Amino acid sequence: MSIEIRDVTKTFGSFTALDDVSVAIRPGSLTALLGPSGGGKSTLLRIIAGLETADSGVVTIDGADATRLPPQKRGVGFVFQHYAAFPHMSVARNVAFGLEIRKRPREEVRARVDELLRLVHLEQFGDRMPSQLSGGQRQRMALARALAVEPSVLLLDEPFGALDAKVRKELRDWLRRLHDEVHVTTVFVTHDQEEALEVADEIVVISQGRVEQTGSPDALYDRPANPFVMSFLGPVTQLGGRLVRPHDIEVLGIEVRDAVAGVVADIQRVGNEARVRVGVGGAPPVAVVLTRAELRALGARVGDTVWLRLAAGAATLPVDDAAVAPSGPTLPAVAGGEGGRALAGASSPRG
Amino acid sequence: MARRGPVVLRAVVIAYLVLLVAWPVSLVFTGAFANGLAPVLDTFRDPLVLNALRLTAIAAGWAVVLNTVFGVGVALLLVRRTFPGRRLLAALVDLPLAVSPVVVGLAIALVYGARSGWLGVPLANVGLDIIYSTPGIVLATTFIALPLVIREIIPVLEEVGTEQEQAARSLGAGPWTTFRRITLPAIRWGLVYGVVLCLARAVGEFGAVKVVSGNLIGRTQTATLTVEELYMNFDREGAFAVAATLASVSIIAIAIVGLLRARTERRTS
Amino acid sequence: MTTPVRDDAAVASSSRPGVAGGDGVGRPVTSRRRRGGGARGSHASSSRGVAPAAPPLSLGAGLGLGLAVLWLSLLVLLPLAAVIATAAAGGWDGVVRVLTQPQTAAAIRLTLEQAALVTVINAVMGTAIAWVLVRDRFPGRRVLDVVIDVPFALPTVVAGLVLLALYGPQSPLGVDIANTKVAVTFALAFVTLPFVVRTVQPVLETLDRSAEDAARSLGASGWTVFRRIVLPALAPAIAAGAALSFARGVAEYGSLVLISGNLAMRTEVASVRMLGYIEGGDMAAAAVVATFLLAISLAVTLALGLFNRVGGRRG
Repeated sequence: MSIEIRDVTKTFGSFTALDDVSVAIRPGSLTALLGPSGGGKSTLLRIIAGLETADSGVVTIDGADATRLPPQKRGVGFVFQHYAAFPHMSVARNVAFGLEIRKRPREEVRARVDELLRLVHLEQFGDRMPSQLSGGQRQRMALARALAVEPSVLLLDEPFGALDAKVRKELRDWLRRLHDEVHVTTVFVTHDQEEALEVADEIVVISQGRVEQTGSPDALYDRPANPFVMSFLGPVTQLGGRLVRPHDIEVLGIEVRDAVAGVVADIQRVGNEARVRVGVGGAPPVAVVLTRAELRALGARVGDTVWLRLAAGAATLPVDDAAVAPSGPTLPAVAGGEGGRALAGASSPRG
Repeated sequence: MARRGPVVLRAVVIAYLVLLVAWPVSLVFTGAFANGLAPVLDTFRDPLVLNALRLTAIAAGWAVVLNTVFGVGVALLLVRRTFPGRRLLAALVDLPLAVSPVVVGLAIALVYGARSGWLGVPLANVGLDIIYSTPGIVLATTFIALPLVIREIIPVLEEVGTEQEQAARSLGAGPWTTFRRITLPAIRWGLVYGVVLCLARAVGEFGAVKVVSGNLIGRTQTATLTVEELYMNFDREGAFAVAATLASVSIIAIAIVGLLRARTERRTS
Repeated sequence: MTTPVRDDAAVASSSRPGVAGGDGVGRPVTSRRRRGGGARGSHASSSRGVAPAAPPLSLGAGLGLGLAVLWLSLLVLLPLAAVIATAAAGGWDGVVRVLTQPQTAAAIRLTLEQAALVTVINAVMGTAIAWVLVRDRFPGRRVLDVVIDVPFALPTVVAGLVLLALYGPQSPLGVDIANTKVAVTFALAFVTLPFVVRTVQPVLETLDRSAEDAARSLGASGWTVFRRIVLPALAPAIAAGAALSFARGVAEYGSLVLISGNLAMRTEVASVRMLGYIEGGDMAAAAVVATFLLAISLAVTLALGLFNRVGGRRG
């Protein structure tokens, strides 16, 4: 089912969580709402679910106006970051809850619960209490519970945010596969750009209550609309007054046309990757990422002069000096986070 | 070396609690049976004592029911809703804890007194006596124990948060179903805790009841008033027997509360 | 790990420069307003605990609120207003006349003096008891924990009676304090015992022990650690418990009736004096004393709110 959000604004006191936001979500898609914490993406999801009411604007679900509809009448499934398990009910009763509310026949409820527990690989755990499950298991239970009522839309609020890195990775793959099987229109909120790029087929970048860009993961990565989106989706650095990704810079041992000369400031090896910082005169040092093989072939050491140029087809954006100039220890927000770390020498450990 | 201080402190604390609380309270039980079982049994055959115990049970029962309904409702409003005057309501609800029982009795008597009370006169005109009668005792007892249920539920509601309720709503449950199936089970131990405290407080109320009851023996005398009455009439065993009964109720209440607390501690740890 | 985890501080910082250029939906963002309120910012994104903003009243909830307020008014507010109105009816002169009447003045003085004395005892003993309950380990500690609750649950008249059993005319210890000021002190100490203990105990339980360890590693002795590190952390809780204990002491009636003897000018407290007025049919004088006690309760409640704000709420 399609979801359309038109001109939605939401304030909490003096804080504007959403500022005239419009988003259209295709039926059957798996869409990520991506952005920094406090940017308004969770609020948008909760407005779609009916858990918050928009101050102004319209929410349509499958063509019907749902703006004023209470949550229980919207036919959405909602999965919370902290699972919202009903602690006094067994796993099976949790999953059955929505069906029992709808007064479905007991046989049907049991069959559906069994089916869903199998789907989320919890068939052995139906009689356990939620407190006896691990975080990942609880989240799968919450997902089964949301899916039990056959929602037209599945909404997940930072679904893997409370889980440790390994489980998070597993559940991501699993959510992707589940969506391929079930095909329900799914929207999930995340602040993890890797998660969004890996799982979603459509990404909406939201920051400070506004939509920054909407598009497929490739489109966003290759053609970011602005420095914010570019830096939020991955590390960035500056070369010749343009923002560019560190791995889109070629490092050469000899001078060529259009290349910028610089001196290797430091080299850090992490696994198969080499992060090189190159000082280029007045400008801030340029962060470059090479493979180990490339570094070996280059044979450069700290203090050597190298030449830098953009790789063919590299995505670049003009640098807005006011926004990106890295002066002092506090990096401006546009280059903060990932971009900031890259600029600071690509020295942060990658894991 | 540094062990001496703590041991001395421990001894002082134990001595203080034994001399102030444990020993005196134990004497109420031994005192009741000082002259054997017969006088105790006589006390409980006395229709006046039985009437008093019944009146206490009625007043405490009403206080618990009224304060539970009011407490759950107000706690939900205070925690789950925003409305103008919310902070004021929260402060007012706590007020009865800070008011002397005798002041409570006086306050109720001034409004509901049949001769000159603001509401007492019109009520008396339609044949409803509040003061010197059971309704007055119920009102005074309810006033005294008003905040106890609310105070136990509010922190539980805050801790549970709204996610479970929202999950239930998104799964199709209406407000009443959400309350019955999700909220109530979540707060049930806090509720039991509050009810037990409310009951203990209501059973033990003395000063407020003394003012509004008129202490009419056999009609408006509660169990606590009977303790005073018996003691003043030099029926020491009788006083101790009724006091021991009341003390048993409170000690059972504490035991229940203690068990619940241990239970919640185990669950959170 | 390439996840750009942006903390709320970064988001909330108002020094964040505007971002030039267009965004995906073709809206210029240079004019983007700065949004203040970092706390609200993190609030709005957190999906756990308190909702970003609790919803306003629905029709049903509004009706419930109306009923609750009506009930509260009939039960609590109107009666308390009646007390104040009755006290005020006699004018300022009437108030002064009642409060300066020698027997009443003596009762009020005794009440305040004994409540203050017991509050000091509780501040010291309550803290000591809380300390032993939290930090000391010995068999029977759990029993002590239960004993603390007894004064809360025991009917006040029974409390007076049990004290009389140990410290009355038939005392097994041979100590008879009945009908003396000491009896008032004992009774008040009994009924106010739990307040400081129960406010200090949870704070002590959650206190970070590493600060004490740090102080000890810097050479502080046990007592110095307590005085310089622990006590300042406990002070707001002790003050809050002491305030509660003072308010309760001022208001106490039931536990005193049997043991204090209610001797005019000597062991009669304000509540007993008030009851004397009521039984004598002088409601106006009773209301004056009641209003005076209410004013003290109110002052203590306000002071308590202040302590809570200064001390900060736990969690």
